[in-house]
Amino acid sequence: MAQDNLEKKIKLLVIGGSAGSLRVIVGVLPHLLSPLHVAIIIVLHRKNTHEDLLTEVLAPKTILQLKEAEEKEAILPGVIYLAPADYHLLIENDHTFSLDASEKINFSRPSIDTTIESAAYAYGDGLACLLLSGANTDGVAGMKIAKSQNAVIAIQAPQSAEMPTMPYGASISMAIDHVLFPNEIAEFINNLS
Amino acid sequence: MLGVYISDDELELLITDLHDIYGYDFSDYSRASLRRRFERLYSIDKYLSVAELRYRIRTDADYLKRVIEEITVNVTEMFRDPTFYKTLREEVLPLLATHHFIRIWHAGASTGEEVYSMAIMLHEANLLNKSLIYATDINPSVLETARKGIFPLTKMKQYTENYIASGVQRDFSNYYAAKYGHAKFNEEFGKRVIFSTHNLVSDQTFNEFQLIVCRNVLIYFDKVLQDRVFQLFNDSLDTFGFLALGTKETLKFSKVVKEFKLLKPGEKIWRKTI
Repeated sequence: MAQDNLEKKIKLLVIGGSAGSLRVIVGVLPHLLSPLHVAIIIVLHRKNTHEDLLTEVLAPKTILQLKEAEEKEAILPGVIYLAPADYHLLIENDHTFSLDASEKINFSRPSIDTTIESAAYAYGDGLACLLLSGANTDGVAGMKIAKSQNAVIAIQAPQSAEMPTMPYGASISMAIDHVLFPNEIAEFINNLS
Repeated sequence: MLGVYISDDELELLITDLHDIYGYDFSDYSRASLRRRFERLYSIDKYLSVAELRYRIRTDADYLKRVIEEITVNVTEMFRDPTFYKTLREEVLPLLATHHFIRIWHAGASTGEEVYSMAIMLHEANLLNKSLIYATDINPSVLETARKGIFPLTKMKQYTENYIASGVQRDFSNYYAAKYGHAKFNEEFGKRVIFSTHNLVSDQTFNEFQLIVCRNVLIYFDKVLQDRVFQLFNDSLDTFGFLALGTKETLKFSKVVKEFKLLKPGEKIWRKTI
């Protein structure tokens, strides 16, 4: 019951993933319903190729607006934002985006930790985070900070992950509110409001 | 960053200290990034409290240099975003070549990797001898590094890949001498560069240029400061001069945009039309 009340306040969901997560996201996107009451930010590790096609790949999979996050852009409900390649994506207190081209964190830029950490301070208990498959633990430290700010913490069930290191790392570091199999993720997101 | 969180109030105090005591004005910098930079400095220099960090900044003028170096972002590479350099080489340099003398301002030059990239391109286009690059940064320490033209040899593999991806078929290793784990770039490249501190927040225009390059600097500024800097660039450009920004930066929402025309879709290069 308390959990239900908590989730009524959610304004932003940050989804982080690395190796093995793209397939999960591609499976989830077609099942997201419109209107969606929260904003979604997806931070995916990928090779910094000179032409990044992730937006073109993912946008046709959903009826919701899916776009790359732009600096100074206001974060709006019902929109899915992708962290651009080769920049860290930060959230300002006024719920706008900032980009940051500084050092890689956990050998990654964008780093999941960096986005979740800044979102945790900007959104507090209005934040939900979901960590998917990945072969490293980027995102775990950020989720611990989010947890301390009373955010909702969810992971992909490690046994369902192609690379369980990332969700498993979260599961042994903090209490997890939701452990989700890939086919449960869309419903979890649709119920956030 | 793990271990410390600098609160909104503490961040404002640090910004105020830098301004009141040393005249460095970071008040129009984006807060989320600035907070990370201060938290990073806090962790690297092993502070135990924000008060201790504040005290050091307030009382140790010699430490200021390190603070400025750490809270500004100095991550850069040679031929970063190769398609940008390809466009510069193929579409901008031929137009600059018509000038008797080419003045280029590289604002936010950091440790100089992109400045040397520019010098190499000018050299290959036989334009270096009639060009002068003004490489400026807020941060004197990085300019000392830039002046030397010495970069870690371990980076040369990636820089060479970038260079090739920018569309040239030459041997990149001819441009530097490898020694003791470092690559020292040939002196001819540095000879046409003037390195100097310049603060985009507080300093004025100092010349007229045919090309201004300022990449991944404006993302750290708020909208008000971005607009001021665009005005400064506008005032510093010749008619038909070029302004080149970072891949995620845009002139689109600025007040001066009507005085510019985008060179080509997908590239962040604008040409001044007035």
